[in-house]
Amino acid sequence: MSIRVGSYLAWKEMWRNRGRFFLVSLVIALITLLVIFLAGLAEGLGAGNKEYLSKLGGELVLYQDRADLTVSSSQLGRSIMNKVRRTEGVADAGPIGTSAALISFEGALEPESVSLIGVEPGHPGEVSVVEGEQLSNIRAKEAIIGRNVALRTGLGVGDTLVVESTQGTVDELYPLKVVGVSDGQQYFLQPSVIVPLFTWDRIRPKGFVSDSGGELTFNVVNVAVENPLRAEEVARQLEADIKNIEVVDRVTAYENAPGYTEQQSTLNTQRGFTLLIGILVVGGFFQIQTLQKVGQVGMLKALGAPNFLVAISATIQIVTTNVLGVIMGALATFGLAAAMPSGIPIIFNGNEVAIALVTLLIIGPLGGLVSIRYLTRVEPLAALGLGG
Amino acid sequence: MMETVLSTREVTKIYELEDQVITAVDHVSLDLFRGEFVALVGPSGSGKTSMLAMIAGLLTPTGGEICLDGEEVGQMRESKRTRVRREKIGFTFQAHNLVNYLTALENVELMLRLNSRYDKDGQARSIELLTRLGLEDRLHNLPTQLSGGQRQRVAIARSLIHEPQLVLADEPTANLDTALAHQVVETFSELVHEQNRAGIMVTHDLRMVLYCDRVIEMEDGRLKHVLSDRAQIEQLAGNDPVRNAETVKLLK
Repeated sequence: MSIRVGSYLAWKEMWRNRGRFFLVSLVIALITLLVIFLAGLAEGLGAGNKEYLSKLGGELVLYQDRADLTVSSSQLGRSIMNKVRRTEGVADAGPIGTSAALISFEGALEPESVSLIGVEPGHPGEVSVVEGEQLSNIRAKEAIIGRNVALRTGLGVGDTLVVESTQGTVDELYPLKVVGVSDGQQYFLQPSVIVPLFTWDRIRPKGFVSDSGGELTFNVVNVAVENPLRAEEVARQLEADIKNIEVVDRVTAYENAPGYTEQQSTLNTQRGFTLLIGILVVGGFFQIQTLQKVGQVGMLKALGAPNFLVAISATIQIVTTNVLGVIMGALATFGLAAAMPSGIPIIFNGNEVAIALVTLLIIGPLGGLVSIRYLTRVEPLAALGLGG
Repeated sequence: MMETVLSTREVTKIYELEDQVITAVDHVSLDLFRGEFVALVGPSGSGKTSMLAMIAGLLTPTGGEICLDGEEVGQMRESKRTRVRREKIGFTFQAHNLVNYLTALENVELMLRLNSRYDKDGQARSIELLTRLGLEDRLHNLPTQLSGGQRQRVAIARSLIHEPQLVLADEPTANLDTALAHQVVETFSELVHEQNRAGIMVTHDLRMVLYCDRVIEMEDGRLKHVLSDRAQIEQLAGNDPVRNAETVKLLK
């Protein structure tokens, strides 16, 4: 009986006071908009920083020791590759070199900034293409571009892009043929252009004098292990066999991408405060409403309505108002996002947004808990002014 | 032989407030019979409201017994008292009388819903009762769209619709003008008698005792007088019952 009558009373009250309840839903919708935007931004900025590393094929990333797990600070020589590949438990390994570069192309008004990433074709580190072909060999004058680059520049498979690179004090131009388009790979918040390692070494910006003693250097090695469950064991083995290196898993690698942790914690703090405001707004509204209807609730109890019925009724109202607000907010956010220009680092389909939505759905009942507790404690006697 | 619906024995209520002890109800024993409408009167602080609250199961007596339709309600657990209030008691209050987001009809039907007795027949009976109370064109109005008298009549219908053993009214005429007050209490009394319920009305307004079978007067927590003689009741109600009745007719 309690659930049926509780629902009946909850719906009747909401319908007959729909303006008031809608207003609260609207406030929740705005909070939702803000929280999802922050979550989308966190996801987008995070992905921009870590996307390439997070999508690596191999489970482990090998850095130069004392590079503080910073890709750009890490410098490894090609000689290390054989040692890595020979280590027990290692299935394959691929070198990765990164640098910043500018690309230009036919019809471009201004050069585009990209992350130039050098990989060894057929080994971990090379990205999979969704269109076109993989890189053919380690010296090929070819490039795989991320979908973001393709969208932004209009480049496609078969087109030619030109890497503008400063070699010492001279700007050199290196034409490369686009052979494939990968999904939206980004690194350092910049769209990526993936090239063969030797090509990368030749065209990356550098001074005349190489400090590597003639050996080809790159930044990190991506290692695929035979048994992912034993990845930790292989990492320790690599560190024991090869001097001056540090091996971590992929998650640790991207969490150490420059600024990633700081950026994420800033956004998470903002999101936390917004959610806290949400709890206070929902809690405040229902508490004020509760205080206004102490007499009514007392009367209902005097008529024989059990506490459970009163609590169910209030819970239904809180949950419905909240769900309605979250749905409105989510729809508004996605509508707004659709109207936004591409390239803004906001992602609405990641875990962050899912977590934000679930959290938003929880904050309503959480905010309303105080008022539900208050309602169950209303004395029919006091509420009716019966005091002897 | 008259059937006893309510029986109180030596009911006492003592409030302990810091260093003060107040005896609000002092060893009150009374019986209420089926088909009887009783007025509980007395000055402020006489204990009548505390007595009503204890009978309703809203307040636990300090001592004594309250037996309603064969059940001892005084020392019952709260959940059981809630059930007794829902099934066996009908209420009309002075304020906060109706659920403000339910229409007149929905307010009446609420008691049927709370007792899991809401069906087509219950709906028809609710409409019939409200029609009887002159509210046939106000069925779908919210309390804010009703006058004070109309609201009290809806409350009366609600207190009777689930066929309770006992009907309690706390100052039902407090916010009404004289004409409406007479109209409301007279209708209430008629329905209690017609449906063979037992009713108690707490009131300050002695004119209203005219419609009651018995008047119980309380003072300082004790029973002072019990009037059951018609002439005495009429005298208490207005000294001149004929003139009083004519006034009521005129006012109607």
